[in-house]
Amino acid sequence: MNPIQSGSVSFSESLSLISPEISLAVGAMALLMFGVFRGNSALRTVAWASVVLFAFTGFLIMGQPLDRSLAFDGGFVVDPFSQFVKILILLGSGFSIIMSLDYLKSERLERFEYPILVVLATLGMCMMVSANDLITLYVGLELQSLSLYVLAAFNRDSLRSTEAGLKYFVLGALSSGLLLYGASLIYGFTGTTNFDVLRMAIEPGEWNLGLIFGVVFLTAGLAFKVSAVPFHMWTPDVYEGAPTPITALFAAAPKVAAMALMVRVLMWPFSSESGISPEWQQIIIAISILSMVVGAFAAIGQTNIKRLMAYSSIGHMGFVLMGLSAGNEQGVQGVLIYMTIYLFMTLGVFACILSMRRKQGAVEEIDELSGLSRNQPVVAAALAILMFSLAGIPPLAGFFAKFYVIIAAVSAELYLLAIVGVLSSVVGAYYYLRIVKIMYFDEPVEAFDSTPGPELRLVLGVSSSFVLFFVLFVFFVVTAAGGVSKALF
Amino acid sequence: MTGDLLKEVLLTLLIFLPLFGVLVISIGMRGEGEVVDRNAKATALWTTLGTFAISLIVLFNFDPNTAEFQFEIERQWLGGGINYHLGVDGISILFVMLTTFLMPICILASWDSIKVRVKEYMIAFLILETLMIGVFCSLDLVLFYLFFEGGLIPMFLIIGVWGGARRVYASYKFFLYTLLGSVLMLVALVAIYLEAGTTNIEFLLTYDFPPEMQTWLWLAFFASFAVKMPMWPVHTWLPDAHVEAPTAGSVILAGILLKMGGYGFLRFSLPMFPIASDYFAPLVFALSVVAIIYTSLVALMQEDMKKLIAYSSVAHMGLVTMGIFAANEMGLQGSIFQMLSHGIISGALFLCVGVIYDRIHTREIAAYGGLVNRMPIYAAIFLLFTMGNVGLPGTSGFIGEISALIGTFQANTWVALLGTTGVVLSAGYALWLYRRVVFGELEKDSLKTILDLTPREIAIFVPLVLATLIMGFYPAIVFDVTAESVRNLVDQYQGALAAYKDVVTVSR
Repeated sequence: MNPIQSGSVSFSESLSLISPEISLAVGAMALLMFGVFRGNSALRTVAWASVVLFAFTGFLIMGQPLDRSLAFDGGFVVDPFSQFVKILILLGSGFSIIMSLDYLKSERLERFEYPILVVLATLGMCMMVSANDLITLYVGLELQSLSLYVLAAFNRDSLRSTEAGLKYFVLGALSSGLLLYGASLIYGFTGTTNFDVLRMAIEPGEWNLGLIFGVVFLTAGLAFKVSAVPFHMWTPDVYEGAPTPITALFAAAPKVAAMALMVRVLMWPFSSESGISPEWQQIIIAISILSMVVGAFAAIGQTNIKRLMAYSSIGHMGFVLMGLSAGNEQGVQGVLIYMTIYLFMTLGVFACILSMRRKQGAVEEIDELSGLSRNQPVVAAALAILMFSLAGIPPLAGFFAKFYVIIAAVSAELYLLAIVGVLSSVVGAYYYLRIVKIMYFDEPVEAFDSTPGPELRLVLGVSSSFVLFFVLFVFFVVTAAGGVSKALF
Repeated sequence: MTGDLLKEVLLTLLIFLPLFGVLVISIGMRGEGEVVDRNAKATALWTTLGTFAISLIVLFNFDPNTAEFQFEIERQWLGGGINYHLGVDGISILFVMLTTFLMPICILASWDSIKVRVKEYMIAFLILETLMIGVFCSLDLVLFYLFFEGGLIPMFLIIGVWGGARRVYASYKFFLYTLLGSVLMLVALVAIYLEAGTTNIEFLLTYDFPPEMQTWLWLAFFASFAVKMPMWPVHTWLPDAHVEAPTAGSVILAGILLKMGGYGFLRFSLPMFPIASDYFAPLVFALSVVAIIYTSLVALMQEDMKKLIAYSSVAHMGLVTMGIFAANEMGLQGSIFQMLSHGIISGALFLCVGVIYDRIHTREIAAYGGLVNRMPIYAAIFLLFTMGNVGLPGTSGFIGEISALIGTFQANTWVALLGTTGVVLSAGYALWLYRRVVFGELEKDSLKTILDLTPREIAIFVPLVLATLIMGFYPAIVFDVTAESVRNLVDQYQGALAAYKDVVTVSR
């Protein structure tokens, strides 16, 4: 029986299945028209309208059926996994827009295109997450990437921002090329681009050389997007060069989307009912270990907090890949829990970074935080909580993220991976502690300009209370992630 | 039925009452200034006293005639067999008491010596109390780990913010050292969870782990507890942390945090991995003997009072590990007693150092001498605790040391013999310290105007003096509580060993 036939639905049903994506696309167009007519003064309106659009899309996603349904002849899939991840993406993008308003104003970057580009990138991310075909995957990925290239260079008068944009573009294009080449090899050697057909056609452990090459290239391309070592080189430079709210966006939603895509590609077409393929598992174990170790050690020497967060995110992606490399239900569950927690932690930290400003403008050196606990005790406490959480110290959320991926790794008997992971988390703790040390142990320097605005306070409050009180509602997140991860088995 | 419900929530109340104090201080008291500071101190003091009162209720309702866990509560938490599960037995309840007993003393001891960020200081201590009580009450591995590791955060801040000159170095070393030990335990914990399908400690205590697995799990747990204890050669964080921490921080470190290592051995290593414990006991004996002799000698030559007491702690903890892995009733009883007694005596010694540090602002032994001339009350109290540290009969230190040593003697004569040298050496360094600081002529100008204890300081020492003497003259007050649980633990341990040896002989 052809799996496409069994799952396919009529055109109108297909349209209703992609209603969230349609809403984003139509909304982006409408906001673009509105912005063109009203000019840059409409930034605030457009920004809040985008947030409302995200909320509306979120409701549409929650209203979708909870079973696995295919649209457009199997090219697009809606299942609980995609719904869970899409909600995360919308949260990440929405918070990023809210956080950026103050910054755009004070840096004189008030252009109405900004939120619209974020909406388009989000649309691309949603496509990626629901991709069930190599073509859909590529279309979604490119829509996302192109929007993000523009955003990285958004501060076009700044040399560093344009450099970041260009670097991101060149390396991103390279990775897309790798990915596309891998996809073409896979098509050439199997005769299909559809994930369901691939899943039926490929037997784990019996791959031919062409397929292995294809999957290696595909994985390399995806590893670029999640900035896993050895494809991480662009991350610190782009994080440092891009305007801070855009860095916040880069660190949050696209990482979630790319990771979800990677999980789906590896767990669905290139695995089968009988289990995962050892061919890709070795690759993922290797890049997981490398990412954790490089992320931990390279961050020690950083003085710029955005670069530090870049290496931190590399390390965290290594941990997420630990879950993926387990390749079982616990693994996918661990990945989802990790990404949920990571999203909130990252957004919170960037809200703190965005509130670091002096008269001469935004500052990014870690030493500028010196004595923050005296000048702004609440912000310092929130950042300290987030840092301890990033370090994975219980009872904060970051601990549970690590706990569940370690469960996955140990359940797949990847003991070495788990031990390397926890040891690198100790190294990582060193540089997270450094920030706490600078805020609490060092003498205060000149205070920051003002207390963060209401938007930043909102994001900071939400994320730090999420991290602090996560221990009380772990059950719900774990159960949800557990239920969702069944969709891929 | 209401009585049962009350019994169920009692431990939860005990653990989270300090957090209520945190809430009051952080939300109820805005701004800075003397009034706010005084209110914060008062709130912290009353909260810790309230917690102590609740722990007394627990103690009085505790039935020492059973080895079962009491005041149990079990509620769904993470799902999948990981629950919010609390309870105390004869082994853990006295550690809870020790914690709640020392906390008000710590708050009082910080009353005048902490002058900056008083609010934050009190908050850190109250959070620490919650986490410490939680460690001893947890009957779920993940919950235990949560409290065990969580304690690092407030302690890191206490050392780093309110500590001495090298506080940053000391706080990092403390944090990273302890974390490194603990993360291996985390992997072991996950392995246990996947093997047994639950993290319920009560269930795991009777679970038979495969012998090869026990070896690995034992080593992973050992990495964590040996650092915490601390055992030679992973003790080097302790002198630094002790020297740099504020007085109350040192009291908590020596009094309670170190005991978590010993408690861990008693709660996990011995009953869950009996075969591995038996296999590794010679290793533990060797490390303990080295710790006792080597660190005693190191203590002898210290010039900083706190460092001297810190090294003496390592030596005393060596006696404890020895007694625990002797794995007989006497050894275990003695070890528990020694931990409680050391918690009180070393805490008191740090307070003694704190008293003169507050006056002269140095901990150099050479800066003192002849204090007895101007501080007779202080000299008497310091003498009592010095004697307790040495293990003089009549103080609690004697009972703990002698029973741990007798227990060890039953298991291994040579180890006991070498361990006993520690008692002799401890007399050496403790009495020499006392002679150099308290006796002699009062010659130094800076000491000429030094004042004796204030009423607040006397109030701090009175309960500690009483506890030391009562435990010294009437040790049954402790032994009666622990006896049944210890007996049960030893029976199970020996039973598991005998069963394993039978299997090995049969299979040959």
